[in-house]
Amino acid sequence: MSLLSLTDVHSFYGHIHALKGISLTVEEGEIVTLIGSNGAGKSTTLRTVSGLMHPGSGRVEFDGRDISRMEPHAIVAAGLGHVPEGRGIFPTLTVRENLEMGAFTVRDPEAVRERMAYGFELFPRLKERIDQHGGTLSGGEQQMLAIARGLMMQPRLLMLDEPSMGLAPVLVELIFDIVTMLNDKGVTILLVEQNALMALSVAHRGYVLQNGELVLNDTAANLRRDPLVRTAYLGMA
Amino acid sequence: MPPFAAVNIRELIRPIGQLLLFSLGSAGVLSALVLVLALILDQTAVGLHLHDRYNVSLATYTLVNLPQVVIDGLTIGFVYAAIALGYTMVYGVLEFINFAHSEIFAVGAFVGVELLIALDHTGLLRSASLGMAYAYLTLALLMGMAAAGALAVTVERVAYRPLRGAARLVPLISAIGVSFLLQDVIRLVEGLTTGQFNRIMPTFGNFDRRIMLGRLALGDTTVPLGISVKSIIVITAAVLMLAGLNYLVNATRMGKAIRAVAQDRATASLMGINVNRIISLTFLIGGLLGGAAGVLYALKFTRIDPFVGFFPGLKAFTAAVLGGIGNLTGALLGGIVLGMLETFAGSFLGVFTMGAAGSEYKDIFAFSILILVLVFRPQGLMGRHVGQKA
Repeated sequence: MSLLSLTDVHSFYGHIHALKGISLTVEEGEIVTLIGSNGAGKSTTLRTVSGLMHPGSGRVEFDGRDISRMEPHAIVAAGLGHVPEGRGIFPTLTVRENLEMGAFTVRDPEAVRERMAYGFELFPRLKERIDQHGGTLSGGEQQMLAIARGLMMQPRLLMLDEPSMGLAPVLVELIFDIVTMLNDKGVTILLVEQNALMALSVAHRGYVLQNGELVLNDTAANLRRDPLVRTAYLGMA
Repeated sequence: MPPFAAVNIRELIRPIGQLLLFSLGSAGVLSALVLVLALILDQTAVGLHLHDRYNVSLATYTLVNLPQVVIDGLTIGFVYAAIALGYTMVYGVLEFINFAHSEIFAVGAFVGVELLIALDHTGLLRSASLGMAYAYLTLALLMGMAAAGALAVTVERVAYRPLRGAARLVPLISAIGVSFLLQDVIRLVEGLTTGQFNRIMPTFGNFDRRIMLGRLALGDTTVPLGISVKSIIVITAAVLMLAGLNYLVNATRMGKAIRAVAQDRATASLMGINVNRIISLTFLIGGLLGGAAGVLYALKFTRIDPFVGFFPGLKAFTAAVLGGIGNLTGALLGGIVLGMLETFAGSFLGVFTMGAAGSEYKDIFAFSILILVLVFRPQGLMGRHVGQKA
């Protein structure tokens, strides 16, 4: 049984048909990436999974449970984390408070402390900024905070939406190293990226989205060699 | 350091100090303004007129009356502040103005007063010792709060939540509908039971006593300076509630969740925060504060009717706008400024205009402020959001 599976999912923004029958799976322990150009429906797919929007039709299952009608907070509690596009840092909550919010469902203060310490281990920079407002952090620090916050609930599946957006190359490397490391520790990852090269270098498998439809589905290695992917997403001839 | 710190006394006391400082500051500024005005008017017919009648200059008259005006202004200011917080909290989280909040206030007032009237009928109030009198008043306050809080949560659930996805004007119209509905429900219930719409707060305890602070000489006579026990109760209760709210919003898990929801509802839900529950909590807190303000208002002004919420509600809304709607500190300060300004106007308008415009025109000031702020500084004085630390 797949950890996450979407079956013929259609999603709409008003009258705009954003997802036109998406079917995909993520197995436990995998890194799966979703690549595609702007407006292809990558973020919409994540939003439909995490309950920020509900599918018009089709089924979303997490760990064997139908979650297509559930509210986001309940989906989170089931173990599915979503670091949203644009990072979603609370600008006037401090770094500490942002992390506390990530552990909102965790009632044991000792566990919260431990996980926060783990986040600081991953991103020591955050510890230096602990009492600073989230809105005063740089883009890179905000992305670190978003990931650290996403880990506070210890999700079984972590969905990352464009973690490399707007970051300097050295930070992009760091973020992807951490993604790989988290996966080694057993976190399943669904990664949405415009930076297809980076995404395909860390992922096991990938899906290519175009205009709300999946056009390719293969291992990352095969996708890197695919002519369509090479010309359209990797900028190679 | 623990992530969810235990009650921190300093965090609780600091805002009270700031509040008092701000109150004194705004009182000082307004007093100075009024005094300057009095000194100028002293040179005109207004000053002469007063001098002829009372053998005292306008400046002296003003100076001698100022302390009492400040005390009265603070009292009503804190009531406005407590109501304004209800508007501003809901606005911060939903960007929606709950125009039914004035009736939430009114229901709080009626429940509190009805309870005391019932106690009065049993004779308990008359025979009550001072301690019991305060216990009954506290009970009335708590009942008014509970009723208003429950009502606010219900109104949100029934009349606003189903409209959450609709255009922004729609829930606003619904709120106005709820406001009229509640007014008539109060009128109906109160009318059915006694045939009368209005209620009078029973007199008991020592609440009507004035504590005399001294007498100030004014020409041939003296002016008493005192503070009624009522005013002390109103100010104390309001300050305690406001400090409690400040603590709740800034230092507790639920308070942080309220701020998170106010800043970014979608991301908050991704944290596992049940957004609907936080919205209910916000209405509950606003309702509790509004209900308490209602009972305190009834204590101070004695007579209430089904429309009692209208003007205090509008003024508290003005206070919230003045402070920057969505901003908790702003609502607090806006309430104090507005209450003070209104009392200053009410006290000095008559004598400054030789009786041409009496205190009944004091509302001109409140609503001129509303218009001026909306035109020239729509983000208000503080101009930030409820998500901001208060």
